[in-house]
Order: sequence, then structure tokens, then C-alpha cells
Amino acid sequence: MIRRNDIIMICAVIVVCLLIFFLMSVTKKEGGKLVITVDGQVYDTLDLNIETEYKIKCANGAYNIVVIKDGYADMIEASCPDKLCVSQRKIHYNHETIVCLPNKVVLEVVGSEDNDIDTIAK
Amino acid sequence: MKSKKVAIYGLLIALAFVLSYIESLIPLPIPIYGIKLGLANIVVLVSLYLLGVRQAFALSLVRIILVGFTFGNLSTMMYSVAGGLLSWAMMTIIKKCKLFSMVGVSVIGGVSHNIGQIIVAIFVVDNLYIIYYLPFIIISGVISGILIGILGALCLKRLQTTMNNT
Repeated sequence: MIRRNDIIMICAVIVVCLLIFFLMSVTKKEGGKLVITVDGQVYDTLDLNIETEYKIKCANGAYNIVVIKDGYADMIEASCPDKLCVSQRKIHYNHETIVCLPNKVVLEVVGSEDNDIDTIAK
Repeated sequence: MKSKKVAIYGLLIALAFVLSYIESLIPLPIPIYGIKLGLANIVVLVSLYLLGVRQAFALSLVRIILVGFTFGNLSTMMYSVAGGLLSWAMMTIIKKCKLFSMVGVSVIGGVSHNIGQIIVAIFVVDNLYIIYYLPFIIISGVISGILIGILGALCLKRLQTTMNNT
């Protein structure tokens, strides 16, 4: 039922994915700031070093609550039906994200280095 | 002959619909969007072999619209349409080139379904970095694709003998 070609293809796909995992874990950097976007627009930027609890208010009374603790950002509450964002891992490294698709909320960690370049440019 | 066809289409759509419902009852093991079994893909896969390319397309589309209006809404339907159409197109191409068995076709279907969904998600949230989920959902697509492919091959064998006997 399963042909040799299938197994070769499946192995190739898995190897490529593992390679991407490896590259991602090698290149990951500590992040400094958390950018919150709602529906593609930047909503607010928080400092990952300052512990806080923050409520994101979306349209139609929808909301998400994010907590920053020990340099990690985590979604602890949301009004969306699937609550997938709440069960996603807390984020700390550059370009890690927590996504809430129903509320179109994205939390993204950005590096402190990127920010330094921005400030110099300003 | 014609009534037989109508009966087969009706049965397959009903089966796809029920499988989608069963799937919605199973909680996600990993909290990442796009990771699921894709049980309804058995029907699309089987009809691709049993009935043909255009018939599989029609079945897939009818299922998405039915399930979308019953259990979801327009925004969840957008993901299903993108995933469903991309997976149908890729499975058709892969089946035509005759290099892979049903399991290989199903794996390609599962992976491209998930890729289609993440493309929509990138546009919905307007953030390219959710592409970081791609390796996770590709591996999930491979695993569910293997399972669905094996199940689909078993179903096809039985359906073909039943159809030849009637």
C-alpha cells in the first residue's frame, strides 16, 4: 500500500522541517519588547522587563489579557471561543508569536537590538 | 446508472459532513491553529480515486459550504476554502504524476491544506512572523496525511468491490 516513493517523500519533508527547527533554535535571540497588533494595526508596545497585566480591548467588546512576568509574555485570558491563544506557550525570544485568530490579535516579541537601531536612526 | 451516482454523491457528502462534526468534537492535542486530523479528507481522497477529479472538487466544496454554515462562520470558512482548494489541487497533480500511492497523495493533501490555511492566517492578522508555525503544522499534516491515506486506501478497496457487485 505504501510505496518506496511515499517513504522517501515523507522523510524528506520531515528532514526539511527538522532543519528549519534547528536553524530557528540556533538563530533565536533574546527579545526585549512585546508588540501587540490588532487587525494588522500596532495597538501597543510593552517592555518585557516590566512585569504587568495588560488588557487588549478589541472591537465588539472582545478582549485578550496578556501578562508579562520574568521576561516572558503569556496570554492568560481571552474572549474568543477556541481559547487557543491562552493555551499557547509563553513567549520570550525574538519573533516568537502568540496568535488569537478570532480576535485578530498577535503578540510578537521584537529584539532589543532592533530597537537600538531604531533609536539611533531617529 | 444515474440514480446510483446520485446515491453515491449523497452518501459521500453525508459522510464528509458527519466526519467534520466528529472532528469538531475532538479537542486539539497541541494549541496551534491548523493542527487537526482532517478526517473529512478521507472522503475527498476516496472520491478522487473512485469518482474523478471534478467530482472530488465538487464534493470538497459542498462539504466546506455545509460545514461552514453549520458549525462555523464566514471567517472560519475562508480558512477551509483555502485549505480545501489547495489540498485538492495538489492531490490532483500528485495523483496524475503517478509517483506516489494513496498515502503519498494524502500526505501532500494534508500538508498543502495546512499551508493554505496559514497563508490565509498571514493575511488575516497581517503579520508574516506566524510563518514560524509552518514546520509544526507541516509535520502535523504529514502525520494526519499518513493516517488518512491508510484509512482512505482501506475504504477505497471495499467501496470498489461493493460498487462492482451492484
